[in-house]
Amino acid sequence: MSSKEPDGKKPLQKLMDNPWLLLVLGIVIPTLSYTVWGWIELWLVPPAALP
Amino acid sequence: MASAVESLPILGNHPTDQVRACDTTTLPVCLTAQKFIKLHAVAAVVFLLIGGIAALTLGLTRWPAVHLLDAQWYYRLLTLHGLNMLIFWILNFEIAVLYFASTVLLNTRLASKSAAWVGLVMMTVGAIMVDAAIFGGKSDVLMTSYVPLKASPWFYLGIILVAVGTLVGVINYFATIYIAKRDQTYKGSVPLVVFGATAAAIIAVVTLLHGAVVMIPTLLWSMGIIENIDPAWYRITWWGLGHMSQQVNVCAMVSIWYLLGTLTVGSKPLNQAVCRGAFVLYILFINVASAHHLLVDPGTGSVWKIWNTSYAMYLAVLASMIHGFTVPASIEVAMRKKGFNRGLFGWLANAPWSNPGFSGFFLSLVIFGFGGGITGVTLGTQQINIMAHNTLRIPGHFHVTVVGGTTLAFMAITYYIVPLIFQKDFYAKALCRIQPYLFGGGITLMALGMSFAGSYGVPRRHWDIEFTGGLFATGFDAGAHVMLGIMGVGAVIAFLGLLLYCLLVVAAVFFGRPVEGKPMEAWNEEPRGQIDAEEVDEHKTPGTLVIVFVFLTAFAVYYFANWMWLSDLWEVR
Amino acid sequence: MSIYNPPEGWLQAPKGPERLWIGLALIWCIVMSLAMPYWHFYGKQNASGESYRVSAVDYGTRVRQFVEANTVGEASGIPIVEIPPGGDGYLLARMWSFYPVIKMKMGQTYRLHISSMDLQHGFSLQPLNMNFQVLPGYDHVLTITPTSTGVFPIICNEFCGIGHHMMTGRIIVE
Ligand code: HEM
Ligand SMILES: [Cu+2]
Repeated sequence: MSSKEPDGKKPLQKLMDNPWLLLVLGIVIPTLSYTVWGWIELWLVPPAALP
Repeated sequence: MASAVESLPILGNHPTDQVRACDTTTLPVCLTAQKFIKLHAVAAVVFLLIGGIAALTLGLTRWPAVHLLDAQWYYRLLTLHGLNMLIFWILNFEIAVLYFASTVLLNTRLASKSAAWVGLVMMTVGAIMVDAAIFGGKSDVLMTSYVPLKASPWFYLGIILVAVGTLVGVINYFATIYIAKRDQTYKGSVPLVVFGATAAAIIAVVTLLHGAVVMIPTLLWSMGIIENIDPAWYRITWWGLGHMSQQVNVCAMVSIWYLLGTLTVGSKPLNQAVCRGAFVLYILFINVASAHHLLVDPGTGSVWKIWNTSYAMYLAVLASMIHGFTVPASIEVAMRKKGFNRGLFGWLANAPWSNPGFSGFFLSLVIFGFGGGITGVTLGTQQINIMAHNTLRIPGHFHVTVVGGTTLAFMAITYYIVPLIFQKDFYAKALCRIQPYLFGGGITLMALGMSFAGSYGVPRRHWDIEFTGGLFATGFDAGAHVMLGIMGVGAVIAFLGLLLYCLLVVAAVFFGRPVEGKPMEAWNEEPRGQIDAEEVDEHKTPGTLVIVFVFLTAFAVYYFANWMWLSDLWEVR
Repeated sequence: MSIYNPPEGWLQAPKGPERLWIGLALIWCIVMSLAMPYWHFYGKQNASGESYRVSAVDYGTRVRQFVEANTVGEASGIPIVEIPPGGDGYLLARMWSFYPVIKMKMGQTYRLHISSMDLQHGFSLQPLNMNFQVLPGYDHVLTITPTSTGVFPIICNEFCGIGHHMMTGRIIVE
């Protein structure tokens, strides 16, 4: 957090002051981690080999 | 109003006849936003009342000694209750909060009046469509409408309209914060309440996108255009809507906690970076916990389940625990500075408990934290969920989050919205003062009854726990019946609290004495203790520390007790 | 104040009790994160979600074969079917019953398959209160070891239409 950007803001504050970046991250992370991964898991369910 | 405009602080982008200065806080109020805040708030209260009447009948049906409704009406009104409460009441109120936070606190006009109309009309028409479909009798599918259970197409269409209408409102919010920044109506970072509202709005976007992805194919399927919808796919995607929307509620509720802390006792956040950081953790990680509903489902594996149900290693729980500290700590510091510096809890004992804005807010904090938080994390533990899935423990949990927490916080802020935005005075202030206790107390009792009944195995969404007509005689322990009785009593009390709220609000909004041009009459006298007994150190909050240690202990005890109960079950893999 | 723009330089590290609490909360979150994987390796109750795709017709056929081969009695007009120890048992959920009645021996391990013929159902074993989701199109396999004997009711705890409350079944353990 010590590295200062030219305009004097720290990167963490830059993130918090940027709703658009937060919006993108907020959409992408849960969609990949929960939704897309979940769909892939379903897609990989094998057919039953009923003995 | 021209004089008021001149006295406004710098900047601002309001057309001159479209703004007034608040007589109490001197904040600028965009008149267009004010109109839509009012309309959404009124719509919200109407849906709350509809859902509340249904709630009373449900409580009286699940109370075996009463068993009020027949099976068909029980499921019909359960569908009605879930949707009117969880979706229509909550979303309308949230749009009102978003319009308030963006325009008033950023000193800007609302970006688009026509978009606000479109959103409002879509939400209202959609909600009426859903309710009509339910009463039409072909949509007894409960709020989750799990496929292949099929409702009439109007039901799904109505939900889509509500979701898209809400999305329009949320986009209007983003457009408003965009023009505020562009027109430089504020300096530096946005206020904390706006930051929290932005977190809620971001989560709402993800939620509503999931809603569209799941509901549009389901609508087509109910119309016969699509052949088949995979039930597991439906569950994953639907809970992207159903659970993520609860996270919108959490963000909105926490923002209102901060807002009410400021309005009632003048508290300020101890450390803005910590509070904002906690909201960022919500934005990034809270949504993956939709997996809570799928922990004992076929189709997905344990790695997916554990990673997602734990909010990526409990980072969102960390965030809630942070808010759970900073909110009471900021109250403690504010009260100590007012002179209530004696002992551990002098600040709490002397807080304005007769102010419904404060009591509602603090009860919401306690009920949500101690009730909803602890149960939620425990029941959302992958293995422990085996003893909780679809039992009454689940409604027992969420009636202390979204009802005792969010709904009560929304009720509390109403005691400021009506005088400040509607500019009307409440009648029967004594009743206003007891309303939060009645509602909070009733809901807590009901949730306790539900949770304990659920621990006996009593299912949720179930009309008859005697299983009349079933092939095999089955029933529950007498203890479960006692618990359901407690639930029923709690439901009646909570209903009275809800009804009182609706009556007080309607009386004030439609028939109240206008208070324009005057500062709002305070709910309580400014608390004044022994001034300057000592310097107050902003980093000393011993009372709050004790509270959170008690909390952590209770959490750990409940959590490990559940693991212990789990270890008594049959072995299963 | 939470309603005004914060003064510049608000980005500060937490101090004092706030810092202490964040540390403690973080430790608690790590403990809870480790608990679930730990139980997978050392605990005995896990929901692994083992499952296969299956059509209602195929599953129904398999259940019929299972019943024909292993029936040992009858209760309320429904066959009681004993799973061979270590073997596969097939339970069918439909509006509004569980079929057949399953018989098992304490301490033996079985692969109990569950699937639905129509809507979504809930498999809720009482009074133990063990609950699993049943979906049409998915063969959900529970590798299960009864550790107590008796007659255990199964109830449906996922809404499945107007007769949902009548949907009951039985597991017998000797
Ligand atoms: C007076 C207040 C309330 C009472 C007495 C009440 C009571 C109940 C009862 C008895 C049930 C049925 C549980 C079951 O049989 O499975 C229920 C379900 C539910 N309630 Fe409430 N409730 C109240 C307020 C609310 C509010 C304000 C919300 C949301 C903001 C809410 C959300 C829900 C949801 C989502 C369900 C589940 C519906 C389903 O299973 O499909 N409730 N409530
Ligand atoms: Cu069923």
